[in-house]
Amino acid sequence: MKRRTLLASAAVALALTGTAFADGHGKTKVGFVFVGPVGDGGWTYEHNKGRLAVEEAFGDKVETVFQESVPEGADSERVMTQMALSGADLIFTTSFGYMDPTINVAKKFPDVKFEHATGYKQADNVSVYSARFYEGRAVQGHIAGKMTKTNKVGYIASFPIPEVIRGINSAFIHAKKVNPDVEFSIVWAYTWFDPAKEADAAQALIEQGADVILQHTDSTAPQAAAEAAGGVITFGQASDMAEFGPMPRVSSIIDDWAPYYIDRVQAVMDGTWTSTSTWDGIGPGMVKIGEISDAVPADVKEEALAMVAALGDGSYHAFTGPINKQDGSAWLAEGETADDGTLAGMSFYVEGITGEIPN
Amino acid sequence: MIRLEKRAQPSQFWTFATPFLAVIMTMIVGGIMFAALGSDPFEAIRTIFWDPLFSEQFAAYSRPQLLVKAGPLILIAIGLSLGFKAGIWNIGAEGQYIMGAICGAGMGLAFYPSESFIIFPLMILAGALGGWAWAMIPAILKTRFGTNEILVSLMLVYVAEAWLASVSSGLLKNPEGMGFPGSRNLQQYPASANLEIIQGTGMHYGVLTAFIAVIFAYVLLSRHILGFQIRLTGEAPRAARFAGVNPTRIVFLCLGLAGALAGMAGMFEVSGPAGQITIDFNSGYGFTAIIVAFLGRLHPIGILFAGLLMALTYIGGELASLMLGIPSAAIQLFQGMLLFFLLATDVFINFRIRLDSGEAA
Repeated sequence: MKRRTLLASAAVALALTGTAFADGHGKTKVGFVFVGPVGDGGWTYEHNKGRLAVEEAFGDKVETVFQESVPEGADSERVMTQMALSGADLIFTTSFGYMDPTINVAKKFPDVKFEHATGYKQADNVSVYSARFYEGRAVQGHIAGKMTKTNKVGYIASFPIPEVIRGINSAFIHAKKVNPDVEFSIVWAYTWFDPAKEADAAQALIEQGADVILQHTDSTAPQAAAEAAGGVITFGQASDMAEFGPMPRVSSIIDDWAPYYIDRVQAVMDGTWTSTSTWDGIGPGMVKIGEISDAVPADVKEEALAMVAALGDGSYHAFTGPINKQDGSAWLAEGETADDGTLAGMSFYVEGITGEIPN
Repeated sequence: MIRLEKRAQPSQFWTFATPFLAVIMTMIVGGIMFAALGSDPFEAIRTIFWDPLFSEQFAAYSRPQLLVKAGPLILIAIGLSLGFKAGIWNIGAEGQYIMGAICGAGMGLAFYPSESFIIFPLMILAGALGGWAWAMIPAILKTRFGTNEILVSLMLVYVAEAWLASVSSGLLKNPEGMGFPGSRNLQQYPASANLEIIQGTGMHYGVLTAFIAVIFAYVLLSRHILGFQIRLTGEAPRAARFAGVNPTRIVFLCLGLAGALAGMAGMFEVSGPAGQITIDFNSGYGFTAIIVAFLGRLHPIGILFAGLLMALTYIGGELASLMLGIPSAAIQLFQGMLLFFLLATDVFINFRIRLDSGEAA
């Protein structure tokens, strides 16, 4: 009996502090949970740029807090809870592994809005958002296919999840289209951010003869490895990584979260926030192609830019048939484009890629 | 000139005093670091050590979390301390923790969606066996071929991580997970969920097991002949042999117990706070537990408090990072200082400082 009243009063106290904040601070408090350090130069760096853009856009009306290098799993659940307790009105959780923790915490704080990046579980107060990075990969694949002299493209993959597999497929399809002899060597690093591991992977691929290194990991270590090797080209991942241009970095896929973040914060301020599922690409500007450097021949650059434009206005889809699966079975017929459901859960390679998806 | 003089007997006073001295020195040097980073050092130290326990805003939540975070650390450190006392250096608790989690979760998922009450006990057993079996590899190699258990157990951590990646994107992958890696969420499967015994206290079955392990280890070490043999093996291996202690048996016992406890910790974590097997499910408990074991002086009660203190620096560190914007790397540095100062001040247990006049040298 006593224990129950104790708990009940604790709950009341909790509720009280909650409302006190909602009335008291006036500012909208926005929290960000990051999987890497804000200085990773890639994925987290861009999310943090989005956070800074929110601060700039709203000035005094907004307060942002963030926590970096938060491990996925039980620790992230605690970080989110503490953020909610500290009075956050809106929390962005920016890695796939935060999915179940986000849903759990959202249940406990029905008045706090949550936004989870790259997942698929929604709730009344949980939105999901991601970018169609595979559109950028198509452009990358095109340039890679044209530029490689050894016909060997190295690919540093992180985890075998649909997003990564989609990127590999998209890059391969477009490389193959312009260079039928091209081969992809894929290394699974099992990390999003580990400069030492990424450098090792890049080094191994270069030694195997790859003269293009594509990466789906967040650090600039592969860029540095390519620079040291010489004659190898790379692309900035998640962030522009322009400091490695014009060689080895010839272009980049940039995630631009700022417009989306500003939009969502505005919606919370206006009280118009609802749970949504957003998957935007080059068209709405969530994915950008970083400047194509002079190391790329003018005609290739022109073709690449034409592809960016076509992907942007929707006249071209990165997955347009005919495309077969790796085992040779038909996937997309001539002219058919992939539906979002299949793309979202993609767990197979397309025809021509050697090796298996690890499991 | 200052020089160190060996004590005839290890100092009782310093054995107890150095952990406190280490905490105080960490606060001072850590405070200077926080000040250099532009934060108010007093506020930072208060946020780390005081707020998780007593702040109105957070304590109701973070106090139970202290147990959740300390539970696995204590459970693993107790197992490790037995081996460390006997001079058996099991550095691979992280791997044993992972294998326990995989086996425990695998056992539970094999029964999905049955609701039998027997599932959870079977999972505990599977977790303990998984960790035990993983620890048996260095034990057998050491006793049969004389390999170094430090290297073998550490290397097996990386093998276990590869297994973890494999099962979470293969064998144990959630069939309803849209192709994403990661198992079903065991929290959402009542028969396998490691729930809080009393709602809102953070006291789940793993924490309870950790407390039982503390008592068990205390009795074993202070009241049982086996505990005496473990200590003797560590302090005087030759004497132990003359006294009829079988070193092979001690190796198997110490590694086996440590493995089983680490495996259970992994199982309780995956079925409770973490909920699912994922590619990077492990977050370093097995390594942090080594620090906890030494911070606690390899004594069961000491480990209990060391585990809670470590958990406090984690949760307080997160709060400091959230509320004051201190970079997470600075927090890790702060935690690292704790062990550094402990090891540094430990010299006073066996040595005393002498101030000599110059001509002696």
